[in-house]
Amino acid sequence: MGCGETIAIFHLQCCGGVVAELAKACGTSLPFLPLFWNGCVVNYELSHLKTLESESIHIIREVAAEFERPVLLFSGGKDSIVMLRLAEKAFWPAKIPFPVMHVDTGHNFEEVYEYRDRRVAELGIKLVIASVQDSIDSGKQVEQKGPRASRNQLQTMTLLDGLEEHGFDAAFGGARRDEEKARSKERVYSFRDEFGQWDPKNQRPELWSLYNGRHLRGEHIRIFPLSNWTELDIWQYIAEDGIEVPNIYYAHEREVFERDGMLLAVTEFVTVMDGEKPETRTVRFRTVGDASCTGAVESDARTVQQVIDEVSATRVTERGATRADDRASEAAMEDRKRQGYF
Amino acid sequence: MSELLRFATAGSVDDGKSTLIGRLLFDSKSIFEDQMTSVADASERMGLDAPNLALLTDGLRAEREQGITIDVAYRYFATPKRKFIIADTPGHVQYTRNMVTGASTADLAIVLIDARKGVLEQSRRHAFIASLLRIPHLVIAVNKMDLVDYSEDRFNEIVEEFGSFAAKLDISDLTFIPLSALNGDNVVARSEHMTWFEGSSLLHHLETVHIASDRNLIDARFPVQCVLRPQTEEFHDYRGYAGRVASGVFRSGDEVMVLPSGFTTKIKRIDTFDGEVDGAFAPMSVTLLLEDEIDISRGDMICRPQNQPTSAQDIDAMVCWLADETVLSAGSKLSIKHTTRTARAIVKNLKYRLDINSLHRDESAETLQLNEMGRVSIRTTLPLFFDEYRRSRETGSFILIDEATNATVGAGMILGET
Repeated sequence: MGCGETIAIFHLQCCGGVVAELAKACGTSLPFLPLFWNGCVVNYELSHLKTLESESIHIIREVAAEFERPVLLFSGGKDSIVMLRLAEKAFWPAKIPFPVMHVDTGHNFEEVYEYRDRRVAELGIKLVIASVQDSIDSGKQVEQKGPRASRNQLQTMTLLDGLEEHGFDAAFGGARRDEEKARSKERVYSFRDEFGQWDPKNQRPELWSLYNGRHLRGEHIRIFPLSNWTELDIWQYIAEDGIEVPNIYYAHEREVFERDGMLLAVTEFVTVMDGEKPETRTVRFRTVGDASCTGAVESDARTVQQVIDEVSATRVTERGATRADDRASEAAMEDRKRQGYF
Repeated sequence: MSELLRFATAGSVDDGKSTLIGRLLFDSKSIFEDQMTSVADASERMGLDAPNLALLTDGLRAEREQGITIDVAYRYFATPKRKFIIADTPGHVQYTRNMVTGASTADLAIVLIDARKGVLEQSRRHAFIASLLRIPHLVIAVNKMDLVDYSEDRFNEIVEEFGSFAAKLDISDLTFIPLSALNGDNVVARSEHMTWFEGSSLLHHLETVHIASDRNLIDARFPVQCVLRPQTEEFHDYRGYAGRVASGVFRSGDEVMVLPSGFTTKIKRIDTFDGEVDGAFAPMSVTLLLEDEIDISRGDMICRPQNQPTSAQDIDAMVCWLADETVLSAGSKLSIKHTTRTARAIVKNLKYRLDINSLHRDESAETLQLNEMGRVSIRTTLPLFFDEYRRSRETGSFILIDEATNATVGAGMILGET
């Protein structure tokens, strides 16, 4: 590797002035030894992605150290994929010391199931599946009816039941603050009462990098290690780290139809209504969730770099473009979160 | 390579704070069309003439119903040079609690002043909190310059008035920028209306202010988060200490000391998932491997034998009280969290309460209530390994937790051993 090249961790600079500058900047005359990497002086700078990575790893380690039974909520979407990679990094060469849980509506894309199972096997960790279908079969939940039926709403109860059944006291989620306005006010450690409820008016102040995870039995904390990441950061990190994501995130031909200004995929889980005309278009998914309420976007982005270019230039937020669940009302996300949603 | 800059904004809606943030986001193309549509719709329903950009962040039901901002909102934008995280702190009664929260990790704070009104009590309070929290860079944005005819004299009056107050504070880098958030003067581009101003626009300042040397690279401190023992065939005898460098630099081969045991050894290797590194500096998350087997666990601190933090159980600190249901007074028993160490603490005494408007010290005060600050002496059940807050935010800060409600009730900045 040549000098002056940007590598994963350090920004390199081959100049002698750095040492003097550092000593000056720190207001000291101490002999300040330079760091070397392949013979080059390192100037003690971290890229924004490495800064975010380090912050997330710190959070994940804090949780593993302080909670009895953490679990990582894994959906197979890009954010939970990055979160899982960060957990892998946090404990390497040891295994991730907690299981992952998938709240499965049963209406997910095939590619996502395949990816999930392969990744969990690779990491040698336990997968817990909390199934919405099981909740319906056992009579705990009732399936919505009609062509607009979605299991998205039903996830909340299945999620809370799953956490309770296994006694999980901390649940990592991949939510980001840039996604939605209710989320922009949520803490990294988000306290949930015994009903799994979030009370936005009564959140614990969160200062420095000191997190308060104390809770009583039956209560739990949602942990959001990706709070400060944006959609673009996620994609830049996927590119930089060479992380694989399910191929439905890249442009492909698919049969879709328009509903409420969104492109929904034709699947066995969605009923096409009168006047809706399915046609084959070149699309990709910006978010991956329940097939009944996750829309595709028209796109020619077939590589990570093309996706980054597209995300950099887009004028619509990812949830605005693709999530019917947020469109129910102005505060749809807040209302669902209050009830215990992700 | 783009850097990360965290900044906090302080001021009320009247100062044009939302307009300024809206302008920064809008001009850096970080507001999306669907967000603008939703803000426009909501503004229209509320009977407003123009879209209220505050609605971009005031998304909670209660906020929209009451027209107030409840909590710190985080916003994100990026330019080719830097990625920015804005902690947008509201300006009403809960102010101190919110600003302390938003400011605790900020590299820079922007305090807005209305050019017509000049330096108000609120502006002084914001600047004082910024200095107390040791935010390295402070920007005084003198807004609404369009309403004072872009007057250089008016701007200079404010600079002078604020400057004499700021001289009493501990502020290392103070910058004044005259601007009009509404018209965009000096926000992204330099204003044609204020050619007399020789400084840079706000965005240019945010992009170029030198933050790399704000970190403490002298005092090597590594609070241990957890011990990694894979116990696999490949890594049979592996024992790594995982943590994030709080300050300073660690290199393989360095002689290090472990607190509280006081044992010394050498760093054998510094590991990350992406490979071994030659050195680690704040705020890198790494794993240290040591030459000798020493009993080390979470809450221990790795440092250099010639440069150790203070180890003490009797500590003086400035404490900001964050709870509305309880007060701090002599005898209060609390849980304390400092770096990765948790202990119990008892308040020995409240030396004085600080009036954050007048900076007057009230030594007769017996309690700290919500949003109040004061100098407090505490005693902890375990020694803490700390540096003065002014030297290191990471090893100089702590939080206090109510053991009955589990709420975070206090934020402390360490002054030193009692």
